[in-house]
Amino acid sequence: MPRSPESDAPNPSRRRFLKEAGAAAVGLACSLPLLREAFEAMAQDAVVTPAPHKQLAMVVDVNKCQLDAVRRAAVEACDRAHNIPHIPDPKHEVKWIWSAEYQHAFPDQVHLHTPESQLREPVLVMCNHCSDPPCVRVCPTQATFKRKSDGIVVIDEHRCIGCRYCMAACPFGARSLNWVDPRPYIPRKEDGEYYSDFPTRTQGVVEKCDFCVERLRVGQLPACVEAAAGVEGGAGALTFGDVLDPDSDVSRLLRERTTIVRRPELGTGPNIYYVT
Amino acid sequence: MRDRKWILTGLVVFVAVALFPVWYGALAGKATAPNPPLPTNSSSCIEPTQWMIANHPGLLNSWRNEVVRQGLATFVSPSGKDYPISFPGTCFSCHQSGEAFCQTCHSYADVHLSCWECHVQSGGSYAALAGK
Repeated sequence: MPRSPESDAPNPSRRRFLKEAGAAAVGLACSLPLLREAFEAMAQDAVVTPAPHKQLAMVVDVNKCQLDAVRRAAVEACDRAHNIPHIPDPKHEVKWIWSAEYQHAFPDQVHLHTPESQLREPVLVMCNHCSDPPCVRVCPTQATFKRKSDGIVVIDEHRCIGCRYCMAACPFGARSLNWVDPRPYIPRKEDGEYYSDFPTRTQGVVEKCDFCVERLRVGQLPACVEAAAGVEGGAGALTFGDVLDPDSDVSRLLRERTTIVRRPELGTGPNIYYVT
Repeated sequence: MRDRKWILTGLVVFVAVALFPVWYGALAGKATAPNPPLPTNSSSCIEPTQWMIANHPGLLNSWRNEVVRQGLATFVSPSGKDYPISFPGTCFSCHQSGEAFCQTCHSYADVHLSCWECHVQSGGSYAALAGK
């Protein structure tokens, strides 16, 4: 059937074009604020933890910590001060401070010609109380946080829901989950009482080194620092202080000695420094 | 009216159930208010006793945040006295036993306490509190 000039007229298609163009314009206009938000968000820097005016830190003298007695004293003092359970199953183990082999503590320092003996050297490792802690970023309940007053990365066990995001985020493996009720595994004194009145933890919360917040509060040094210094040959094995205070022992050591940190390339800013 | 006996039975049951508090009270007598053992080494708490009875959960909550999250160590009471913010240290230096003191009222009110699942009393004892 031949089309009449009327039915072939441009009007219907032009109307359609105008309609669609109008709809597209409205759609674009509506999405503009969203686009702007998106661009602004991209232009902004990532969330940065505000710099604290105090950052407690530790310097570990790896050579002085070669003495088994020094490391044992430090670890034992920590275990007792914090009622840390001794769980035989390594899958359920809870650790705050422990010895790792040099090759595992400093995988980026190891090269083809590092002598075997050095690869296996024990190094004391613990939470690095990072300046930009990835564990804090991922915690969904803000149970773990970087304390503004002293830069310690603390866990508020009341808030921890045991999701283990922080354990996945921590590149140092410094965090342990209580897979089982820790109380039956906590060493006790002969009279059946705990060595310390530090709260035990329950099944389902994550724990780690807290730089002995409970001891700092009453003006004492962390348990490991005090214990290591008390062992023969352990003086100066562990040094504790404010890295932002130029007069502190830690700052002095950082000026005078060559120090390294674990996994610096990750950018977390560890605050446990090692003199090797 | 063939259903009279069912209706009456239902009514009696309903009234009996609805008036449960009345007849239970009349039969069992009045409940006695809990009487927690008071400290012997101190006559006043860190805040007035009546205030503590009403507000101790809030106080413990704010202590928890201050000590864990803000790193504060000292609580200044309304009387101007300083106390270390410590649940085992300050509270239980007077209230000798959490089981006797806290649990007396909390059992009466049927409010579960989870404090003892982690906290131990000064000197490292948790004894019977945690039940395990």
